[in-house]
Amino acid sequence: MLADALTPGTFLDAFRFIPNHGHLLLVKTGQHLELSLAALGIGIAIGLPLGLWLGHRHRGLFVALAASSLGRALPSVVLIAFGITILGIGFWNNTAALVVLAVPPILTNAYFAVEGCDRDVVEAARGIGLTERQILLRVELPLGLPLVVAGIRIAAVFVIATATIAAIAGGGGLGDVIVNQPTYGLAGVLAAALCVSALAFVAASLLALVRRAASPRHAPVP
Amino acid sequence: MIPLLGAGPVIPNFGEGSSCERTNGWFCGSWLSGHWGDTLQPALLQHVELSLVAVAIGFAIAALLAVAGFRRRLVDAPVGAFADFLYTIPSLALFQLLVPFTGLTETTVEIALVSYTLLILYRNMVEGLRAVPAEVLESARGMGLTRVQTFVRVELPLAAPAVVAGLRIATVSTISIATVAAFVIPKGLGYPIFIAINQNLFKTEILAAGGLAVALALAADALLSLLQRALTPWSRA
Repeated sequence: MLADALTPGTFLDAFRFIPNHGHLLLVKTGQHLELSLAALGIGIAIGLPLGLWLGHRHRGLFVALAASSLGRALPSVVLIAFGITILGIGFWNNTAALVVLAVPPILTNAYFAVEGCDRDVVEAARGIGLTERQILLRVELPLGLPLVVAGIRIAAVFVIATATIAAIAGGGGLGDVIVNQPTYGLAGVLAAALCVSALAFVAASLLALVRRAASPRHAPVP
Repeated sequence: MIPLLGAGPVIPNFGEGSSCERTNGWFCGSWLSGHWGDTLQPALLQHVELSLVAVAIGFAIAALLAVAGFRRRLVDAPVGAFADFLYTIPSLALFQLLVPFTGLTETTVEIALVSYTLLILYRNMVEGLRAVPAEVLESARGMGLTRVQTFVRVELPLAAPAVVAGLRIATVSTISIATVAAFVIPKGLGYPIFIAINQNLFKTEILAAGGLAVALALAADALLSLLQRALTPWSRA
């Protein structure tokens, strides 16, 4: 599978590969981001309202727990492989597989963020005449926001990492370079792997900042 | 020299797949029974081994770090940050990044799998040990227990539920990530899936291997939840 000599010196070549093939990596990173953002966006659109609503009603603990354990147990490779057989090769197969992976952490965290809100606070909000919708959006959501963002962060890292595997299903992105060692050489593979890591790390750091900004001042999040 | 037997056909007869297999049906029971022994069972056993070794090593490393780190911020902060960082590296990328150092070997796979278990195991151990109430420690000291005795007889049992909770999450995700190991070595339940993707998109093979991986993860989770119950007799009514 790997033809090149495996030496630590390959690492230096990988770092040289990045400026030398800047355009290629930029295009692939663009595809990678496009796929990841599409999946994350759809994942948020599905998981967030569902989690918030179930949490607000204090119902569906089973759904939240099942989503979290199934989300962890479902291997991404399996989802993408199976997606190919149904949706064929391409963008939508991968988006669908990544959405399935993105929803569970978002849903579970949103559920527990709202479910765990201080019941006295919610009662007080109801007492001053807020509607259920207002309670959810103005009281429970702001209080649980750090946990909600934490769920999105987990999903984002997960999706960016897994989008790499999408290359086996013609998804493009940086995984294209990683699984195509005969074309790009080991240096290229490593360079692309570094790019994916950097992308995941940047996304995680950005969302960690959002999480900190979303935390109430008096209650520092550990 | 091997004598040629003129009578037999040149191409050996491998037999024919059932009609379900030839048309790539959704789920062919005939393939499953025919290839359990040569494909699925070895892959499953390899998968169990890969995951078990990774979780065991990860647990040992995390335990050492947690014992060193749960009272010392100076240890905890960098270890936590490093584990956090390891967790953000995509599995496929981490496998590839390790290849120049450790080659296409099981070592590569295990290093990657272990690094993913560290964050969850370490965090849960530290949280569990820190959650032991100060009054409990106070009374342990009042009873004349030494520091080691306090740790072994008071802090460890009280932290056990959190530790096992972390172990459950780490085990399930390790079993799931171990499918990606097939990019590096031809082992584990990911391998039949890769063969199917590269050859003929045979649905039964993808579904069977994928289903086994999910079932294995859920079974491990259920087993560990029993352990969790056994370790917390006080939580049962």
